[in-house]
Amino acid sequence: MALDAPEIRKIAHLARLGINADDIPEYSRNLSDILAFVEQLNAVDTAGVEPLAHPLEATQRLRADEVTEADNRENFQQVAPETESGLYLVPQVIE
Amino acid sequence: MHQKTLVELSAGMLQGSFSSEELTRACLARISQYDGELNSFVTVVEAQALAAAKAADARIKAGNAGPLTGIPFAHKDIFCTRGVKTSCGSMMLDNFISPYDATVTEKLLEAGAVMVGKTNMDEFAMGSSNETSFYGAVKNPWDAARVPGGSSGGSAAAVAARLVPAGTGTDTGGSIRQPAALCGITGLKPTYGRVSRYGMIAFASSLDQGGTFTRTAADAAVMLGAMAGFDRRDSTSVDRPVDDYRRDLDVPLQGLKIGLPKEYFGEGLDAGVAAVIEAALTEYRKLGATIIDITLPHTHLSVPAYYVVAPAECSSNLSRFDGVRFGYRARDPKDLEDLYTRSRGEGFGDEVKRRILIGTYALSAGYYDAYYLQAQKVRRLIRDDFLQAFEQVDVIMGPTTPSVAFKLGEKADDPVSMYLSDIYTIAVNLAGLPAMSIPAGFSADLPVGLHITGNHFAEAKLLNVAHRFQQATDWHARSPQGFA
Repeated sequence: MALDAPEIRKIAHLARLGINADDIPEYSRNLSDILAFVEQLNAVDTAGVEPLAHPLEATQRLRADEVTEADNRENFQQVAPETESGLYLVPQVIE
Repeated sequence: MHQKTLVELSAGMLQGSFSSEELTRACLARISQYDGELNSFVTVVEAQALAAAKAADARIKAGNAGPLTGIPFAHKDIFCTRGVKTSCGSMMLDNFISPYDATVTEKLLEAGAVMVGKTNMDEFAMGSSNETSFYGAVKNPWDAARVPGGSSGGSAAAVAARLVPAGTGTDTGGSIRQPAALCGITGLKPTYGRVSRYGMIAFASSLDQGGTFTRTAADAAVMLGAMAGFDRRDSTSVDRPVDDYRRDLDVPLQGLKIGLPKEYFGEGLDAGVAAVIEAALTEYRKLGATIIDITLPHTHLSVPAYYVVAPAECSSNLSRFDGVRFGYRARDPKDLEDLYTRSRGEGFGDEVKRRILIGTYALSAGYYDAYYLQAQKVRRLIRDDFLQAFEQVDVIMGPTTPSVAFKLGEKADDPVSMYLSDIYTIAVNLAGLPAMSIPAGFSADLPVGLHITGNHFAEAKLLNVAHRFQQATDWHARSPQGFA
């Protein structure tokens, strides 16, 4: 399976990942190599095999719906690029 | 002092032969003397380390010291450390001063260990050579023209060069064991869920596991004892008591059954490495072990399964880096989409981008079943191979890596060839098993690691098997010339 330039651009868009136009041929080559390499998985008969998500097959723990964390907003927002009155700032979204 | 093991250093402090402050100053001096060449540290925290050392000395004097109290360690820069830059080897987090501590950080500091700095690593732990770091490659102390392995190459090089007695690492596909092998030290990856992932920056959440770099297995037992344990803040942490990892270190190996998978000794294995592993097995026979041929028939599928599962989980985990809440933000974004796209495009390096793209593709509509789901099914087959083998044997052995440390730049342009350098370590992560790499000898004057895998939660057995070998051999005591 080879990924051509339009496909690379589409995947990059899905990932909201900026890539340089000059690098697209190399991504195309590298990614196609990787896909060719993982292609051998499709030759395996996995009929009746359940997918394994957790190696110990543990299930998600549940807890009571209670507040357990302290308010750390100020501390956490200190590392944000831009905040105001406790809010994260981004470019205007709605005109 | 720098040639002493962690256990010896702890004893020395308890006997009053030297203080933690003296020891910490000695480590800091070695770092400033040698690290310009090695590039193993991203950040050194001298003032904080000396303050922690003084506190440890007070604790020793007061008689409530534990086995890690006063021991300097190097902390992989993937673990969050409050008030200290936590970069994960990426430009994306070059400005990130963590507002909180990882559980592992908290536990080591509570045990009285002294963090001297944060170590260099492949960007977001994606790499097997340390060359993908934003801060430049780490050099192998045995040969500066060669890679230390990755992704935890900084911690491995720092321990191998005797800058510190111990270090932390994380292992998603071999990122502790492979650098431990290439740098000639002892590396331990515990069972998935044994060490908390809270505050450990996520790469592939179903595979990531924190662990240790030390010179000996006895030292690893002390480190793991402090780091392991249930943590409600990690949803996949396992609620199970922590063993006393030091208790069984000296148990004789008479009757130990070692499984030897024929798949690990085929094509692609360097002859020099194979000879060292053969000699190590002979040593184990002398110690009373029996070698049993086994088969892990799905071994050849582990690297391909990994390179679907790991990038898929990475693409999902790394979506949090969007230039809004923390980390790098692109200048003058023209709209929100531009803010996301350029912050990520400028903040991430090549290998990270490659894996995000592959993972996004594997999870995208129409491809999920063919790639991710199929890989997760193959993952079960790989795990079941191991579970079957462990009905027959106590541990499984083989080489940690197919060759000794390769040259810087040698595999940098060929991702698939780089991925294959993890061929013997990756299956263990897919199966969630604990495993170690210990020094077993040399090929072409470069260290070779013996890989030992145990059943789930058999860390104490692994450490025992490694310790007895280290009692009988001195490979772990060899240090690189120029750092003696």
